[in-house]
Amino acid sequence: MSGPEFPMSCPLPTGDGETVQMAHGGGGRAMARLLDTVIRPAFDDAELDRRHDGAVVEVGGPAAFTTDSYVVRPLFFPGGDIGTLAVYGTVNDLAMCGARPLYLSVGLILEEGLPLDTLRRAVASMRDAARAAGVRLVTGDTKVVDRGKADGLFVNTAGIGRVVAPAPVGPAAVRSGDAVILSGDIGRHGMAVMAARENLGFETVIESDCAPVAAPVLTLLEAGVAVHCLRDLTRGGLASAAVEIAETAGLALAFDEAAVPVRDDVAAACELLGLDPLHVANEGRFLAIVDPADVDRAVAILRDHPVSAGAVAIGEVRDGPAGRVTCRGPLGVDRVVDMLSGEQLPRIC
Amino acid sequence: MRFRDEYRDAAAARRLADAIARTATRPWTLMEVCGGQTHAIVRFGIDELLPDGLSLVHGPGCPVCVTPVEYVDKAIEIAGRPGVVLCSFGDMLRVPGSAGDLLAAKSRGADVRVVYSPADAVAIARAEPEREVVFFAVGFETTAPANAMAAVLARREGLGNFSMLVSHVLVPPGMRAILEAPGNRIDGFLAAGHVCTVMGFEEYEPIAASYRVPVVVTGFEPVDILEGVYWCVRQLEAGRAEVENQYARAVRREGNRAAMATMREVFRVVPRRWRGIGDIADSGLGLAEAYAGFDAERRFGPVLLEAEAAGECISGAVLRGERRPTDCPAFGTRCTPEHPLGVTMVSSEGACAAYYRYRGAAAVAGGRR
Repeated sequence: MSGPEFPMSCPLPTGDGETVQMAHGGGGRAMARLLDTVIRPAFDDAELDRRHDGAVVEVGGPAAFTTDSYVVRPLFFPGGDIGTLAVYGTVNDLAMCGARPLYLSVGLILEEGLPLDTLRRAVASMRDAARAAGVRLVTGDTKVVDRGKADGLFVNTAGIGRVVAPAPVGPAAVRSGDAVILSGDIGRHGMAVMAARENLGFETVIESDCAPVAAPVLTLLEAGVAVHCLRDLTRGGLASAAVEIAETAGLALAFDEAAVPVRDDVAAACELLGLDPLHVANEGRFLAIVDPADVDRAVAILRDHPVSAGAVAIGEVRDGPAGRVTCRGPLGVDRVVDMLSGEQLPRIC
Repeated sequence: MRFRDEYRDAAAARRLADAIARTATRPWTLMEVCGGQTHAIVRFGIDELLPDGLSLVHGPGCPVCVTPVEYVDKAIEIAGRPGVVLCSFGDMLRVPGSAGDLLAAKSRGADVRVVYSPADAVAIARAEPEREVVFFAVGFETTAPANAMAAVLARREGLGNFSMLVSHVLVPPGMRAILEAPGNRIDGFLAAGHVCTVMGFEEYEPIAASYRVPVVVTGFEPVDILEGVYWCVRQLEAGRAEVENQYARAVRREGNRAAMATMREVFRVVPRRWRGIGDIADSGLGLAEAYAGFDAERRFGPVLLEAEAAGECISGAVLRGERRPTDCPAFGTRCTPEHPLGVTMVSSEGACAAYYRYRGAAAVAGGRR
């Protein structure tokens, strides 16, 4: 930024209690100061510092490209926040493409009145998450909308990664007989956010499982495991992921409910609210569908990474009606597992 | 998880299923009253462990299913008024009224909020004194004490901006109506454990005696339900018709006296329409005179009940235990959770929703009991 500046009149970002104002999105000095004093120092990347209209990056081979938008209330919850979600969510989507995540863009939509300290915390956690996931935040955008037109802070991230999988990874590669591996216990993110949002006051604090999962996925691929499909278990939980894979692959999928790890606190919260952990959101869990010959090796590799230390083989892909997912219950009877029909709503009694 | 896993134990379930098979010498038809039990039966496949000839039919114990459509319409109408906050338990939001549901009203701008406890609605009234806060109070005896407590709190604090749209129902009159219906084929009941946690089970003793039906107060886990079935069959085979308490870890004969006292303070017994079943005398709760000032119907106009329109949906017969969800020609085809024809397909405790959710295409094919 060039031209005269009047630091004495700078409206931000020194003291407490300062908030985002419309001028911070106006394209003028206030916006420049917001970027210079809050965003760029936090992200601290040479590409951002070039202050150009976009980033120029090297990928070095076939690229995976994905985007996701993040709206979560509350912005901060046990085990994570909107910043960690925005980075890990997109990083994980790249990993699910069999790619090494490299670069992210960050689009911030700020609501007028958002405390600047909240913004600082969110961008700091984006920076920390990017470091943890080994990606660079190389380009971005900031907009401000009128008070009441957004829920504090919305974030969009897009990501580019280099494909390292030797063969296409996706539902089309799934074969009957493939093994279904789950990377760890389920339901923590959804229950953590619900408990925080609704002040449910459980005796124990449930922490989100929000985490980057690229490292274990890359290790699987580097070890030559025949990975046919990967899918992270976000909204809709394990149930939606399994049904989506089975529908697209044109096959059936069966798993054993007893093999699916659910922590006691999550199980208890779900019982109380009448929710099925299979439908509850996760942010650091995925399904890996692999050649049955590789299942033990794949589970062992995943267990070597802290983020997938709870990996377990839960079932298999079968010939059968496309999209039919069944789960064997504790009494040995199979039941159908379907996607949720609408929002998860806690029941009356 | 303690207090759950031991009641989902496969070996214990198998032992009970074997005991039932050894004991039952004739076909029997048992009704589980509560929708929570229905879901457990379908989810865990408990009915598949039972011998041929022993059938479970599903009862009316789904609170949102039996709430008359006019109350849903009234809630939507109230929610649409300026300055009103309509608070409800979550699973009421998707229940279809005659034109749309509360979720649709919310999307049109109505201030509809999900609460986890009626006390949350009172807290909203306290925090937002400029708004009229209306709590949609539905359910059986299980939810009645907490809903009553909300009224007690509101009166104690003098919250003039709080009211309740009340459509509470009571289990024993519902059971009597089913037993007196022409074509009734119920030989025994699994009574709803959670209702009895509040009410105890004295009031079921005259039902067991006068209609000659065993009533077993039963819990909600697979082993509970199988044990309830076993005890019921044991009584039937021995020619007994008594009230037994399988759910003794939660239920005492006298119930929860403090909860009942609060209910009696706030509510009075009233006639009630049950959606799909009809009008049943003395089968509901309305606000007692001392709490009439908190009655949303006084504040926003009464709910006017009309004759129920007949249609393709057989949810009434399902709620009475006369038909199964899979008996319906529309099940899984013209009627799904996305496009429900009746409320039993919507509610998290509805029998049709349970069949659709846990059995899917197999249930549509009609291959299972």
